[in-house]
Amino acid sequence: MTHAADRRDLAWWIDRTMQVLVLAGGLSAIVFIAGIFLFITREGAGFVFDRFDFREFFFSPRWTPTSNHNPTYGALALIAGTASVTGLAMVVSVPFSLGAAIYIGEFATGRVRETLKVLVELLAAIPSVVWGFIGLSIMNPLIIQVFDVPVGLNVLNSGIILGLMAAPIMTTIAEDALKAVPDGYREAAEAMGATRWQVTFKVVLPAARNGLVAATLLGVGRGFGETMAVLMASGHSVNLPTSPFDSVRALTATIAAELGETAAGSDHYQALFTLGIFLFIVTFAINLAADVFVRGGRRKYRRRGRRPAASANP
Amino acid sequence: MSTAAPPSADSDCAIDVVDLAIRYHGQLALSGVTLKVPAHDIFGVIGPANSGKTSFLRAVNRMDLMTAGMEVSGSVRVEGRDVRSWRNPYALRRRIGVVFPLPVGLPMTIYENVALSSRLRGTRNKADLDVIVERCLRRAALWDEVKDRLDSLGSLLSGGQQQRLTIARALSQDPSILLLDEFSIAVDPVTTMRIEEVLSELKSEMTIVLVTNLVQQARRLASQTAFFLTGELVEVTETEAMFEGAAQDPRTTAYVEGKFG
Repeated sequence: MTHAADRRDLAWWIDRTMQVLVLAGGLSAIVFIAGIFLFITREGAGFVFDRFDFREFFFSPRWTPTSNHNPTYGALALIAGTASVTGLAMVVSVPFSLGAAIYIGEFATGRVRETLKVLVELLAAIPSVVWGFIGLSIMNPLIIQVFDVPVGLNVLNSGIILGLMAAPIMTTIAEDALKAVPDGYREAAEAMGATRWQVTFKVVLPAARNGLVAATLLGVGRGFGETMAVLMASGHSVNLPTSPFDSVRALTATIAAELGETAAGSDHYQALFTLGIFLFIVTFAINLAADVFVRGGRRKYRRRGRRPAASANP
Repeated sequence: MSTAAPPSADSDCAIDVVDLAIRYHGQLALSGVTLKVPAHDIFGVIGPANSGKTSFLRAVNRMDLMTAGMEVSGSVRVEGRDVRSWRNPYALRRRIGVVFPLPVGLPMTIYENVALSSRLRGTRNKADLDVIVERCLRRAALWDEVKDRLDSLGSLLSGGQQQRLTIARALSQDPSILLLDEFSIAVDPVTTMRIEEVLSELKSEMTIVLVTNLVQQARRLASQTAFFLTGELVEVTETEAMFEGAAQDPRTTAYVEGKFG
């Protein structure tokens, strides 16, 4: 008797092929990131090795790359611009996103909860240029009117815009962190007479702490990397801000606005790439930190051993 | 015990259930349950999976409020007062300790696990908390194993230790009723025996409802036992009689003799 062809022999080949394909997919992500880093490093290398002055770059607020006599490349004002806008954005977005995540994750039920989740995800999909437009055409006159200042394109404007922009994605991640807290914790605490808020505050938030920190860090990363909205709402003037009503210029916006006007390979061109390297390193570090926090949260409260299988017992 | 509760007609009865029915999303899970749980005693509840044992417990401490789709009809009186007459269900739950099938060490230190209830109540004094924590851990037969590491995470204890931690936490509420839902499911036999000893000591102070899938456990501990089968209360009988073949219903005898389930 001959054996009929076993479908599983074919499946074995498919399995091998698919493993190679997904491995290639996974590796390509790493290759692309490494490639991007190599590219910006190569473009900025000339500047970094020949012209780079550590003290000037980090401590001088004078960014005058187009000066004919004495071009200077002090990035302090740009770093301060990005940092101040991101900082204010976090002040705006952390309470909003945390509150929204707690409401969606712990208090809302059924249809309200599902609707809110969809809405929050939709908000995350608004293009940044639209946010910039809102900053330019709504926030700008509003700030001029309310605070009686001459210009409404400043740290306050772009901080609020960026905060609102980062809030939805932070909400989604924070809500995921809350959802990762086992329901057993909530039931156990609630069974002993703790109110919903007590359960949230004493049990759920501490248990989700790492995920919440990660959400905030990703928001910070978003703020650091955001270009268009900040370019439109910040006023785009090189300035060390001393109040929220000062116009500033962000690192990202500088690159976006100036790169097109520089000669490839010039000092200016390479200096912009150096800003890019700096941005890359900072956002990479922030994302890495967020990842470490998420992993920490996952490992901390789970025992490594297996639990006996639970019998369904309604 | 409480001054807030109206005087009960029958002070020997801790839980008085009349015609209890429970539905999940309209589907009947338990019906026609009428029974009295005597105070300061261990009351066993046995029955195969899906017989409605856990649903019964959930109705007693009003977990239906936090379970989507769960509806309760009929009356459940705890210490003379209908559980649904409490506008603040948390006040009811404070009087009832619950131990779940899988141990739930909350993600905080062992000390904080046991101190949580007192903290929620408003006790701030460290010395008072120390006393409560030690007393509850001793009564749950866990003190000797954890006294040197009260600051380590409760969720990192072994399954059996976590279950005793859960019991210590329930005791820290100073409950008048303790509901145990198949507590031994994730616990080794030696620890199970230790917890059983603890329970027999506790019954002088509180009413214990012991839902168990081990019929012999009910036999060892409970004075009276209820037999639930597919969403119905078959009978409530003195435990010894039930195991001596004097059950009122042949299905009960078949179950306790291990013929099905």
